[in-house]
Parts: sequence; C-alpha cells; structure tokens
Amino acid sequence: MEGLRRHYGPVVALDGLDLTMAPGELVALLGPSGCGKTTTLRLLAGLEDADAGRITVGGKDVIHLPASKRDMGMVFQAYSLFPHMTVRQNVAFGLRLRRVSGIERDRRALEMLELVGLSSQADRYPSQISGGQQQRVALARALAIEPQVLLLDEPLSALDAKVRAQLRDQIRRIQLEVGITTLFVTHDQEEALAIADRVGVMRDGKLEQLAPPTDVYSRPATPFVAEFVGLTNRLAGTVSGSTVTVRGRDLPLVDLSTPPGPVTALVRPEAVTLASDSSGQSGPLSGTVIASTFLGATSRVTVDLGDTTILAQLSTSDATALPAGSRVALTIRPDPVLVSADAPVTDE
Amino acid sequence: MAAITALTGEPEPTAGVAGPRGMQAGRRRRLNVFRYVVFTLFGLFFLLPLLAMARFSLQGVKLGTWSLTAWRQIGSYPGLLSAVELTLELAIITCVVVLVLLVPTMIWIKLRVQWISRAFEFLCLLPLTIPAIVLVVGLAPVYNRIRHYNLSALMLFWAYVILALPYAYRALSAGLNAIDVKTMSEAARSLGASWFTVMFRVVAPNMRQAILNALLLSSALVLGEFTIASLLLYVNMQVALYNISRATPNAGVLFSTSTAALLFAFVLLLILSYVGGRRRRRI
Repeated sequence: MEGLRRHYGPVVALDGLDLTMAPGELVALLGPSGCGKTTTLRLLAGLEDADAGRITVGGKDVIHLPASKRDMGMVFQAYSLFPHMTVRQNVAFGLRLRRVSGIERDRRALEMLELVGLSSQADRYPSQISGGQQQRVALARALAIEPQVLLLDEPLSALDAKVRAQLRDQIRRIQLEVGITTLFVTHDQEEALAIADRVGVMRDGKLEQLAPPTDVYSRPATPFVAEFVGLTNRLAGTVSGSTVTVRGRDLPLVDLSTPPGPVTALVRPEAVTLASDSSGQSGPLSGTVIASTFLGATSRVTVDLGDTTILAQLSTSDATALPAGSRVALTIRPDPVLVSADAPVTDE
Repeated sequence: MAAITALTGEPEPTAGVAGPRGMQAGRRRRLNVFRYVVFTLFGLFFLLPLLAMARFSLQGVKLGTWSLTAWRQIGSYPGLLSAVELTLELAIITCVVVLVLLVPTMIWIKLRVQWISRAFEFLCLLPLTIPAIVLVVGLAPVYNRIRHYNLSALMLFWAYVILALPYAYRALSAGLNAIDVKTMSEAARSLGASWFTVMFRVVAPNMRQAILNALLLSSALVLGEFTIASLLLYVNMQVALYNISRATPNAGVLFSTSTAALLFAFVLLLILSYVGGRRRRRI
C-alpha cells in the first residue's frame, strides 16, 4: 500500500498510509477506535474506494478491481456466515463461484473444516454452532478460495476471553501452516502482540510505528505508541547526554538525539521493582503501597511517592507480601526509556 | 445463639425476594387470563360470521335442513368460474410482479443507495393513503385506453400491484431488517460474488419468510378486491359474487362461493406458514 488516502466528509480516515507486507507475514494493525485500521482493511479488500494511493498485490495493481476480483479472503467482526447454508455449503461458496467441480469442492471444503477442527459440524447450520465455531468456519471459508491475502477484521472481538485466546492461537497456527500473508486488525494490544510478526500502531490515519512486537513494546517509536501499547508511568526527568535522570536515577534513552532539558520519561511498570522498606527513611524512590490489583500470575501495585504515584508490576507472590500501607523502596531497571517532550509531570 | 440469630434472620430476605416473585406470578396469570379473554372475544367476532356464512351455504330448501346444492351450483352460474380463474391469475401475476419489483430494488437500496430508502418507503406506502375511489379516477382514463386495444382483464394487475405495494413493502422490509445484509454481502463479495449473486443467492434466500408473507398479503388483497374491478367494469370474483347476489334469489351460491374463496385464502396461508415453519425447523 502506497500513499493510501481516504476521507469521509471532513474527517480524514487515512492520511497517506504506506505499508508493505512480506509473503507469508502476519501484520497486525493496532490502534484506538477511528484511527483508520478498519478503513485500511476495507480499502485493501475493495469494499471501499480509496481517494488516492496504490494497492499492489504480488506486483499487480488492484486498486481499480472490485472486491469480487481482488482474490482476498476476509473474516469479519460480525458473524458473517450465510444462515441459509450449512457449514459445508458456506465453506464451499467461494469455490462454487469459481466453478470448482462438486466433488473437488466438497473435498476442499472438508479439508478446510478439518484444518479449523470443525469437520464434524459440516452439515449443521450456522445457528446451530457457537460464535467461536462460526468464526472458525468463516476462517475456513476465507481460506478455501486460496486467496493471496487474508484479511481479519477484529474476528475475535465478539467472543468471550477464553474462546478468544484459543481462537487467536488457532488462527496463528493455521496462518503459519498455510503460509498466507495476513493483515489482522484489532484494538486489543495483547492480541496484536501475541499473534503478529509485525505490529503496526496507527493513529489519525497514519502508521506511528511498524515493527516486531518486542520492539513496539520495548522500543516504542513515539510517546503515543509507548502509552497505547502497555501501561507506562509518566515521570518527570531531565535529559543530559544519552541518559535521562528520573528521581535521582540515570536511565538510558531510546532516542539519543533528545535535546537536553526537562522531559516526561515513560517507564514501564515491569521496570519498577519493589522491596519492603522497614527503615522508614524517605527519598525519591521510597513510598507507600496504596493499592494492589490482582491480574492472575502478576499483580499491579500502586505506590504513593508523596508527589506522584507509580505503578509496578510484580509477581503475585511478591505483591501479596506488600499489602496496602507497606513502606517500600523502589528500583527502576535501567531499560532504555522514551521521553515525551510535552509538559513534564510536575512534582506537586 | 448466633446460629439461631442467623437462622431466624434468614427468611427475611427470602421473603423479600419471594414477594416480587409472587407478585410477578400473579401478574403473569392475570395477563394470561386477559390474553385468553381477548383472544376468545376477537375469535368469536371473526369466527361467528364465517360460521354463519358456511352454515347458510349448506342450507337446504327447508329451513333447518342441510344440502350441498349451493356448492354444486358454483360452476353452473355463467361467468363465475371464469371470474374465479381471472382472480387467481391476477393474484399470481400481482405476486410475481410485486416481488420482481420490490425484492431486488429493496436489497439494492439497502446495499448501495441507502439514502433514498426514505423516499422509496414513502412511495411504496403512498397507496395506503389514497382511497380506492380516487385511484380509480386516476386509473380510469388509462384503463379506457387499454380497453380500446382490447387487452384482457388481466391488465388489472397494474392497479393491484399499486394496491399491494404498501403491504408487500412492509413485509419485505421487516425481513430485510432482520438480517445483517451489509456483512453478508461484503462476505460474499470478498469471496468473489457478483452483485447479482449477492442479491439472489445470498440475501434473498434469507428473506424467505418475508417473501412468503408478502406473497400472502398480496394474494389475499387480490382475492378480496372489489372496488377497483367494479368501477373499471371488470368482472373478478368479488364482482361476480356481487352480480350473482343481485341477479338470483338463491343466496346459497353467494355464500358457498364466498366460503370457498375464504377457504382458499386459509389454505394458502397454511401452505405458506408450513413452508416457512419447515424452513425454521430445518435451521
């Protein structure tokens, strides 16, 4: 995709988007509502027309082709199976349109259903299977036509958490097995980070960063990416040279070209560790636990530092040793941090 | 003591919960009784005249006797069978034309030109607001010209299509709104379907019940239509029945034919309900 633009009246949904995907790659587009990720997918699928730009698939410009000629399989957020057809007929629908013979059609449909683990449901109607199964059938239907690109438009958002996690892993497994180039749109960062080869974080119709999940998380390109992907503590700091001093501790900078001066440093909660402090001494890195949120294997602990609060992510066993009211000493791991040039957090 | 307190304290909230439940059950019972009373009263209101009509159609020569004479005479009245035939043909043509006109148009509007849906709805519902007599004033010159070319009475279907539009539109609109047309069509398009395929192989089959309802309403309208046919001087079934009632002292035929027409409509309703029901059971 090159210079893709799309506007709805005065609202610019896509503002010159450039995105190149390698064959067999899974790219997840992540961003808040209205950032243009679904618009990107719909332009790629041919369900909407771009105002400007080019879409090239396998060297062929497809921008002027209608959706029916683009050779792209799509799975939608809403359940999109045809209610009057059985699961098998749904999967075979695209093959029928391509005039594949009856026997071959049936064989391919069953093969796809086996791939998604639903061959036993072949003769059921969509209303007779669960939401998760419907999305798996939709995936089988999209893959059955052997498209050049698979487009997934928030396919898991209508499912409950457990099914969502299972189906997410299944989608990734199938995508790797089939080796199909896939664009996955989601607003769930965990989903994007877990499934994608590369994650594209979008904002206001533009890509803020396109990088492997680990880079997006640990080396965010912009403050928006840092704050959108994962949680961050916004702490006042001062840049000098290649480090930023945060509460008396020097941390390396992600962006070495940051000019010296006061900034807001974005520190991940998992870079903060806590230890019980019975000395009662006060300092920039000591405080009082005010709350603890249980997240399963980990817990998120909120610490009052007097002038600000800070979040720390600890193992639940460590967190239970620090109940609300405990005095704690903080350590900030010297991971490279991103700084925001906007108004630094002032110490009250 | 604590245990006793806990035990004695227990029923209070339970009673508090049971109260509204008891009230709800009582309310539900009263509502059910009300429903049955209303249903029975309206049932009697509609059923009694129909039963009386059926009874009169089976009236023998002497009062209180039974006979099938009036039913046997249906075929013997000149013009009656041809009027029935004409009406049935008109019902079929009207249904076909209404569906051919409305189904693709409504799907197309829903998919592609949603902005004209209000105007289209207004157009379709317009015949409801125009009295039949006013329609006839407008249609008469057109039909006079048709008569000039000796075209058959089947040309009445044009008027009947207009009359059936609001009812068929409402039935189809309800069916169309009950399905996610946009997602289904986009899914079909992404799989390689043309717009024609989307309309006729994806969307229309999911409107089956709505189409059956539209068929039923349109055919029922044509079977019972009198005013326009009479004022335009065509003899359909209702006009023929009216003519018989004026020309013969034997009202039995009138009743038998009306009952037959009604039975036909009921049978049609049953068939359509059965077809729709069978589909629902299958899904």
